[in-house]
Amino acid sequence: MSRPNPNYENSFWDHFSKWLKGEYDPFKGRLETKTADEAVSGDEKVRDVDLRLADIGKYHVDMYEEGINRYVGRYRKLYRFLSVFIVLFFIGLLLWTVSALPGYGNPHEPENNIVAERYIEKGLKETGAVNIVTGMILDYRAFDTFGESCVLFAASCCVLFLLRVDKDDDPHSAAVEEMNDRHYEPRNDAILQKAANFLVPLIIIFGIYVVLNGHLSPGGGFSGGAIIGSGLILYLTAYGFEKTQRFMNEKVVKALTVCALLFYCFAKSYSFYTGANHLESFISTGTPGDILSAGLIVYLNICVGIVVACTMYSFYTLFRKGGI
Amino acid sequence: MTLVQNFPFFCIILSMFSAILSFVMPQKVAKYIHIAMVSAVFVLSLGTLSYVAGTGESYTFMMGHFPAPWGNEIRVGVLEALMAASFSIIMLLSVFGGMAHVEREVPNSRKSLLYILLDLLMASLLALIYTNDLFTAYVFIEINTIAACGLIIVKKQGRTYVSAIRYMIMSLVGSGLFLIGLSLLYGTTDHLLMSPAKEALDEIFAAGVYHIPFVVIAALIVIGLGIKSGMYLFHTWIPDAYGYTTPTCSAILSSLVSKGYIFLMIKIFFRVIGFDSIISRYLVNILFVLGLIGMIMGSIAAIKEKDIRRMTAFSSVAQIGYIYMGIGLGTTAGVVAALFHVVAHGIMKSQLFISISGLIDVSDGKQDPHSLRGAGYRSKIAGVAYTTASMSMIGIPLFCGFVSKYLFASSAMTASSGKLIAAWIVLGISTILNTIYFMRMVIAIYMPVDAEMRKAHGIVPSRTEAVAMAGMILFNIAVGVMSPPIIQALESGIAMFG
Repeated sequence: MSRPNPNYENSFWDHFSKWLKGEYDPFKGRLETKTADEAVSGDEKVRDVDLRLADIGKYHVDMYEEGINRYVGRYRKLYRFLSVFIVLFFIGLLLWTVSALPGYGNPHEPENNIVAERYIEKGLKETGAVNIVTGMILDYRAFDTFGESCVLFAASCCVLFLLRVDKDDDPHSAAVEEMNDRHYEPRNDAILQKAANFLVPLIIIFGIYVVLNGHLSPGGGFSGGAIIGSGLILYLTAYGFEKTQRFMNEKVVKALTVCALLFYCFAKSYSFYTGANHLESFISTGTPGDILSAGLIVYLNICVGIVVACTMYSFYTLFRKGGI
Repeated sequence: MTLVQNFPFFCIILSMFSAILSFVMPQKVAKYIHIAMVSAVFVLSLGTLSYVAGTGESYTFMMGHFPAPWGNEIRVGVLEALMAASFSIIMLLSVFGGMAHVEREVPNSRKSLLYILLDLLMASLLALIYTNDLFTAYVFIEINTIAACGLIIVKKQGRTYVSAIRYMIMSLVGSGLFLIGLSLLYGTTDHLLMSPAKEALDEIFAAGVYHIPFVVIAALIVIGLGIKSGMYLFHTWIPDAYGYTTPTCSAILSSLVSKGYIFLMIKIFFRVIGFDSIISRYLVNILFVLGLIGMIMGSIAAIKEKDIRRMTAFSSVAQIGYIYMGIGLGTTAGVVAALFHVVAHGIMKSQLFISISGLIDVSDGKQDPHSLRGAGYRSKIAGVAYTTASMSMIGIPLFCGFVSKYLFASSAMTASSGKLIAAWIVLGISTILNTIYFMRMVIAIYMPVDAEMRKAHGIVPSRTEAVAMAGMILFNIAVGVMSPPIIQALESGIAMFG
């Protein structure tokens, strides 16, 4: 009957069938375009990374030997059923428990007792902090908060462990990370830079305000530090590593974190020691409402703020290119 | 307040301080800081122990200027000081025992981070041991979890990633349940400190209200901590987590990390829920059954296992089962037996993991019984350490494992007759199963081989490692031979614990 057209590709009917399937690109071959993936596909190192990513799909099959081991399949079915069942059971259990809890705001319930009373009534006098929550976390229960700062410290150690790429030990993956960073992150984006010019100073000043006024108004080290950290990340996104690393490099981040934690450690050790041994402490609560009042709370807030900001910033940089 | 009473506080702050300081130190210095810190903690804990044993009663130590229901506090008794001392010595021996492996297996730039995580782990264990505050306990559980994840991925290769993720998910579920229980408890009593919370709970109990929330709270806290300590049913993370990381971390994870949670659980039973209350009696029965099943199933899984390190990890499931069985007896004698096993298992398991690494090293790094044949001739000290630890595990007299088995068997007599029969039968079966898999390995490593096979293939254990193994053997025998004072200390500690 009909012979196949040897020049079928790029013929009218080929274009028509492609258009029908939705694959037709009217600009293909006419416009000088370079998609992001094409631009780097020639680079051996980046392709290496892509291949590694592609293997992850197969990894699952290898790991559990799904083809060979029929128990795995059965187990997975059971797993799906059980997970839904357990989650539903748990939701029901918790809702049932919550409905049996004491009512909110009833003065005769057991949860309204001496603890909350003293925090509210004497909190200002004893800690000097107008913001009672700050007084609680940085004076009444300062040991817990030191623990929380160490949680952040431990987390950043683990992330460093996992993600830091050593240029000396492993130049290959360091190069790959650099390449990926250049490939995936925006560079010299005018809109971003203009916005960052305007926003970064505001964000960082607001963060500092939140940290310093932690004992006077809502806020404190954790929230303020998170704000400062996000400002730094925005600056980094807009201007890239060369500019940021002039003031935030690994040495600075390490020094800041260690100084803040050590100050917290020493200050609170002194306070715990004098408190437990009933010694006179030279720390006074000052005039409530002043910026330099409430004993150690201001300084501890600054420490916590520094730790949180540095942790957030270093997480971002480590996830992005494996180095601060 | 005398200076000695400050020692527990010094221990906690010292370990956190050394973690922070190590962050800017070169790796060698970080190592020395860690060793000095753990030794100091050991010495200070011994000082505390002798002080508390002398006065015969526990004391509380305010962390700050505010007394009990308002500020944080720690509470120190014989039990706490004994646990702190034994945990620190086990950690010290494990670090020495795996030092050469850390040098080889951990990338240079990350060694100081490893020691930071070990410092933080010590701090969190001490805080879990000493704290009298539920929220402090939660904060340090977080540190413990994160540090333990770091220890699992320390080798940065292969299955360590998978096992770390698995550990992290299971462990976070445990933390989450604990936190939910804690929040509900705070919502009903408004106390976070343990002793005031118990008073409030007793009052509410006497009034006969809020029964449902308390059952749920107690169950959530116990199950949360059970997941984290590797109770049977929630043990699936254990073999991977212990099986692939560097020997020091395997030893510390199996002998200390899970034990910290068990100690906290016992503390919550005694100080918050009340060990005699009705809720405890139900919960304890559940723990008893899970413990018994774990004792059998863990051993069976270990018998099936071909890889020697995973086999040892599965044996941990069985040993954790012993501990829960002891708690589950529901009597003080049972808890004493469980606490003794916490220490004894810590000693034996760290000794096993360290000696196994020595045996594997001289067998070209292979971990199956066939390749390990004759390994006992190739590395004498590792062979002796492995054999003694195995004998201790099985329960041969002279070693500490015997004492804990004896204590379990005798304390079962204080429980009801049904529990007595069940505990004795399962103890017998489990001992036989233990013998099967441990003696199989001992026979394998002392299999007569020709002269060529008697020469070490691979790396001979370094002198530090050999000394650490010798120290572990001696410690094991010392605890086994001189058990009466330790048992006495545990009993007096339990008496002043609640």
